[in-house]
Amino acid sequence: MERIPILKMGRVLLVTIQVDMHDRLAMTLQDDLTERIVQDRAHGVLIDISSLEIVDSFMGRMIANIAGMARVLDAETVVVGMRPAVAITLVELGMTLSGVKTALNMDTAMAMLMASFADKEHFNGGSQG
Amino acid sequence: MVVLKDESAPIRSSIDVMRVRQIVREWAVSLGFSLVDQTKVVTAASELARNTMVYGGGGELRMEALNSDTRRGLRLTFSDQGPGIADMEQAMKDGFSTGAGLGLGLGGAKRLANEFAIDSRPGQGTTVTILRWNKL
Repeated sequence: MERIPILKMGRVLLVTIQVDMHDRLAMTLQDDLTERIVQDRAHGVLIDISSLEIVDSFMGRMIANIAGMARVLDAETVVVGMRPAVAITLVELGMTLSGVKTALNMDTAMAMLMASFADKEHFNGGSQG
Repeated sequence: MVVLKDESAPIRSSIDVMRVRQIVREWAVSLGFSLVDQTKVVTAASELARNTMVYGGGGELRMEALNSDTRRGLRLTFSDQGPGIADMEQAMKDGFSTGAGLGLGLGGAKRLANEFAIDSRPGQGTTVTILRWNKL
């Protein structure tokens, strides 16, 4: 079956969406990611959408769902690299992705995740590995 | 107003919805649409094609490239022979959905187009037409 690859980098899962996704592929990614967060004990998910030429309400909902499920599983999601034309269109469509953290590039996204990991370790008294 | 060319495409699966996005993009590019306008019309087409597939049980898209004295436009007509829409006012509202969607499809597509028309009769299907002009 066709799948979008999920890479693991330390405590972060990295997904780069490089193709236009049909709806079933998007659903599969959502399921795969949720499973991998638990399996790999990930604390962060980075979704690179810089190749995506459009995000419609279905894909937008998928992104919001991933972020929501990840949060419930104690992982932080950052969506990286949305194209300006996509952002303009998405807001006009009526989706603001209000519960989703976004970053313009990977460096910023990684820094955001590292900062949230540091907070978490502080909260756990530094015992978190 | 002159129709420069027209073409039809089937909408039966989510692969077809993806193809609709590709072909509408090609047409928008060939009509000289800006990147933002391309993105808007492709996104609107994606929403409507998915509606045709999910709620209409499949159907087709008819694309027309239009030419007037001062501008060019892309008219997209999505038609199905599905159950039709019982309550149009409700269907156009953001957040209303009889399916699993977000209920942004129709209202969102309307906002992304310059002109929007919908015709639906219970038991006879639904036709949605959008038109997007390019800014010259």
